[in-house]
Amino acid sequence: MDIFLQQLLNGLVLGSLYALVALGYTMVYGILELINFAHGEVVMIGAMVALTVLGVLAGTPLPPAAMLAIAAAVAIPACMATGFTIERVAYRPLRRAPRLAPLITAIGVSIVLQNVAMIVWGRQYVSFPPLIDVHIHEVAGATITNVQIAIVALAALIMAGLLLLVRRTRLGRAMRATAQNREVAELMGVDVNRVISATFVIGSALAAVAGMMVAAYYGLAHYAMGFMLGLKAFTAAVLGGIGNIPGAMLGGLLLGIIESLGAGYIGDLTGGFLGSHYQDIFAFLVLILVLVFRPSGLLGERIADRA
Amino acid sequence: MPPAEAPLLEARGVSKRFGGLAALADVSLAIGRGEIYGLIGPNGAGKTTFFNCLTGLYQATEGAFLLGGARLAGLKPHAIVARGIARTFQNIRLFANMTALENVMVGRHARTRSGVLGAILGTAATRAEERDTVERARALLAYVGIEPRAHDLAKHLPYGDQRRLEIARALATEPQLLALDEPAAGMNATETAALKALLERIRHDGVTLLLIEHDVALVMGLCDRVAVLDYGRRIAEGTPAQVRTDPQVITAYLGGALP
Repeated sequence: MDIFLQQLLNGLVLGSLYALVALGYTMVYGILELINFAHGEVVMIGAMVALTVLGVLAGTPLPPAAMLAIAAAVAIPACMATGFTIERVAYRPLRRAPRLAPLITAIGVSIVLQNVAMIVWGRQYVSFPPLIDVHIHEVAGATITNVQIAIVALAALIMAGLLLLVRRTRLGRAMRATAQNREVAELMGVDVNRVISATFVIGSALAAVAGMMVAAYYGLAHYAMGFMLGLKAFTAAVLGGIGNIPGAMLGGLLLGIIESLGAGYIGDLTGGFLGSHYQDIFAFLVLILVLVFRPSGLLGERIADRA
Repeated sequence: MPPAEAPLLEARGVSKRFGGLAALADVSLAIGRGEIYGLIGPNGAGKTTFFNCLTGLYQATEGAFLLGGARLAGLKPHAIVARGIARTFQNIRLFANMTALENVMVGRHARTRSGVLGAILGTAATRAEERDTVERARALLAYVGIEPRAHDLAKHLPYGDQRRLEIARALATEPQLLALDEPAAGMNATETAALKALLERIRHDGVTLLLIEHDVALVMGLCDRVAVLDYGRRIAEGTPAQVRTDPQVITAYLGGALP
């Protein structure tokens, strides 16, 4: 029972991170039907930029909260600029190309960004400076740290804000209209290119926050960290129904919980043959099962809507 | 009667070719302010292509459109909306999974400003604009007579109401010229009569109308002037009464002169 609750809490934290990243995949897919495989690298850039800023600030007498705020204030615009540029340079020229072309380009952008990051930040792990006092709280026999609580709370706040943005604002309406029918949205006065840019920029801002959280959670960042994280978040988006925003949130949380519980019990299940470092197989098991049995995902019905 | 003052919309020698096929060939016409102008012709005559060129969905191969004397060539569809041309579609193209009210609110996009920052900060200007958008959208739903369905998803509206919603959404862009592609398609006589009254009211309220329509009675009863397209060419123009007796028009529709 202790293990169950502990893994559930860990899964919630992991799932919040997946959800934030999955939103970037799903928003872009919803509007362009493009899988932006470079999105994981945007998360990595967010983490790297934030750690670089924190490294510079670490010697100063600023309070840790101010350092984190400054790091975010640099990392978020950096990621927004990256996302904006990716769309302009790599995807917009291919807007009318067959769908395979932008997909291959996305993989190319991902490789380019990884290599640029490797040149800038090197091959070694970059560590998160020890500026947060980690407190451990006990909850019914399980433990959770203040960092974990902050991650879950902040992710929930950001996701609530995103839902409000999409459902209640002028830009949100334009985004939904563009997702449903780009041509008609344009004929009704919506500047579709601006909406698409805004979508990339907003998704990249979420990615920056997620990158900082991942770095704070694991205490590390690495130029290749975006690859696996991106694949997991993509899986989460597919699980929830790609193109569907609440779906990405649900899919992220579920995937985090499935992975954590899987990692917690895989040793028992296999009689000790497989250890918890095999937790990655659960994400991809989920991906395969969803693609086979419910390709539209848990909340997705976009394709049915269009028919 | 031809307009005395400068026309609101002018098409000057508009041609559109798809490969070797001339969908529009050297079409010229002028629509005066406050007119109801009909565009008729057999299926495949190029009427919808004309609309698509006018609204910037296609670029004309040759020729140009002028709105109030200003050329529209090269403008993107959303910029043409901002200049004052709105349209509806032959096959209804609403945002099916948004409510009727939201559909109309999207139409306000070109006439509103607020950005993300204002929304996040909840500034007074943003909130005032959003309130204004909702109010205008509701008023337009009432104007076309479907206000009670404001919060229904567009896809759940009955067919006739969907046609009205398209008109409300187009009017939300505050057009000078409203281009209607077969607004009466699929309507029964009662619905068509109600539509005619609505279109007359829209004209009375200062919007010029250009409509493609197959319902002859509606065209005859509503339009001030009519142009006839056949194989992409304008073969006739005039009052409905003039056009219906034009030998070329009769040939186009019936495939040959009556003996």
